[in-house]
Amino acid sequence: MNALAARRRHPAAIAILLLLGLALVGAAYSLLAPKPAQAAAPSAAAAATAEDAALGRQLFLANCATCHGLSAEGTKSGPTLIGVGAASVDFQVGTGRMPLAGPNVQAPRIEQVKYTEEQIAALAAYVASLAPGPAIPEGKEVTGETGNVALGGEIYRVNCAMCHNFAGSGGALTRGKYAPSLYGVEGKYVYEAMLTGPQSMPVFNDTNITPEGKASVIAYLNATMNQPNVGGMNLGNLGPVSEGMFIWIFGLLLMIACAFWLGQKAA
Amino acid sequence: MSDQVSPSSGSASGAGTVSLDTAHQHGTGGLPAVFENPGLPPHVHRAADDDPVAAKRAERQVAALFVLSILGTVGFIVSYFTIDYTKSVFIPFIGLTNLLNVMLGVTLGISLLGIGFGVVHWAKTIMSDEEIAEDRHELRSTDADRQSVGVVLAASGESAQLARRPMIKATAGAALGLFALPLTVQLAGSMGNPTKALDELKATIWDVPAGGEPIRLVRDPELTPIKASDVTIGSVFHVMPATLMELREHNLEQGHAEYHGVLEAKAKAAVVLMRLNPSEFKDDALGRKAREWGFEGIVAYSKICTHVGCPVGLYEQQTHHLLCPCHQSTFDVTRDCEVIFGPAKRALPQLKITVDDEGYLVAPQGFAEPVGPSYWERLK
Repeated sequence: MNALAARRRHPAAIAILLLLGLALVGAAYSLLAPKPAQAAAPSAAAAATAEDAALGRQLFLANCATCHGLSAEGTKSGPTLIGVGAASVDFQVGTGRMPLAGPNVQAPRIEQVKYTEEQIAALAAYVASLAPGPAIPEGKEVTGETGNVALGGEIYRVNCAMCHNFAGSGGALTRGKYAPSLYGVEGKYVYEAMLTGPQSMPVFNDTNITPEGKASVIAYLNATMNQPNVGGMNLGNLGPVSEGMFIWIFGLLLMIACAFWLGQKAA
Repeated sequence: MSDQVSPSSGSASGAGTVSLDTAHQHGTGGLPAVFENPGLPPHVHRAADDDPVAAKRAERQVAALFVLSILGTVGFIVSYFTIDYTKSVFIPFIGLTNLLNVMLGVTLGISLLGIGFGVVHWAKTIMSDEEIAEDRHELRSTDADRQSVGVVLAASGESAQLARRPMIKATAGAALGLFALPLTVQLAGSMGNPTKALDELKATIWDVPAGGEPIRLVRDPELTPIKASDVTIGSVFHVMPATLMELREHNLEQGHAEYHGVLEAKAKAAVVLMRLNPSEFKDDALGRKAREWGFEGIVAYSKICTHVGCPVGLYEQQTHHLLCPCHQSTFDVTRDCEVIFGPAKRALPQLKITVDDEGYLVAPQGFAEPVGPSYWERLK
């Protein structure tokens, strides 16, 4: 400590400190920055059969019944699953939100999905057999191929942008809840989320946003996520918060360093 | 600086100085009547002042910075003419980025920084290092100076014949004074017609004239009507009045541009429509009123925040909270959109809705109170 204290007035100390600070902030950014999209393997959505439902029931009793009740009627710790449909199960389990790791304000999306696709299909078949509900969407709509990007953008800005941010980066809700980022989310899950309204999200059924409209929203999201950053680093597309932080931290540091250098007498 | 007291070398300091690491010592008390003028620090020569080798090195450094700037400028020109503006490349930390923009920015930055750093380094190492001391002086000018200014001013007035030509004096004063009017008129005019402004603030295109037909609720942006059965529990619809289409048709008939006044009308008419399980409304006066003004659990509220007018679009279907993204005002839909958090002071105005013969949602009357932020003459 003494050696450090003795050198704190060394001419290079300020430069070393600045470099250390910059490196630290850079490292923190690279750890916290949004990761690029990772395409998930295409799902081989198996047709729901009675055997699937039977296997699904076993899985349900072993893994889900603690919170959702022995016959999926819901308990204090989890809502009823009667009538939520296969789409809801496919979304919640397929994105790693369920099974919930622990009590929290909101189930987070987790990359490591706990079940295989067959198991998820079986669970979905079991829940779908309880009562009619939205089925797992299939076809061209879920990939956004048939969508109109311009129309999708208009629908997105009216219905989605207030929570999920203008670029799909997500945003805060009340009391610790949040609208998740849509980066790297498969079109199928976006479609299912609109259809079923998971957690805080309202439902956007087919009479509200038509299947073509949903396909257009997905097409718009695909186009937005894949377009290059014309203006350089997007800083998470969070708008003035991250941009302001960046200029306050890096811009001001740089200006202070310049002012310091200007005021120093040459050796 | 180096011969100041330092905590690690207390013993090296002279007698009488108090080191930071020794205990507090009582002084004799009292301050000297006059502090001694410490004078200016001695002038220290720079390396380049005395050593020709150091001077040569500084010269080369300055030249190198200017050469860097030249390279940057050349790079800018080359990038400008050779790089395809549609080309994107992957850059670590930034991602897929437009190559031309990056190259133009980086090269121009190098070009400018090279000049700037070069000039500063030149000034700091080679340019004259003369130090000048200037003593402070009294701010007040001498009496002689003050008097001569008065004489000059009076002589100028005399030579301009101000006193002898009252017509010029009067018209020049009037011209300068009237020049304030164009600015004032523009400012006052931008606030709208004072006799109609209040009515305009209160009116929206949801207003139904006496004996008029109820207005259908339509989806934004598709402008298609909404059946009550379309709105399932947990749904949220972003709604405009059907009169928005009529406004456009009316504009075309009148020979206006199609969207004349449409944005202004939309800004006040935006409505958010939700369906709750009817049992979820609070069983108090507010909750019952909200339910009665809705239809089977479907309720419609103005989307314009009563704080400063942001669109309150964040509906949480589990808590039935409507959140404004600008300042986090939170409204409880189960209690007639009362404010439960944030800076808003009033509940969101509710739009009374019902269904027509064909099952479409309609609004039989406009908002009962002005929508949007508070204003001075707002009457409840």
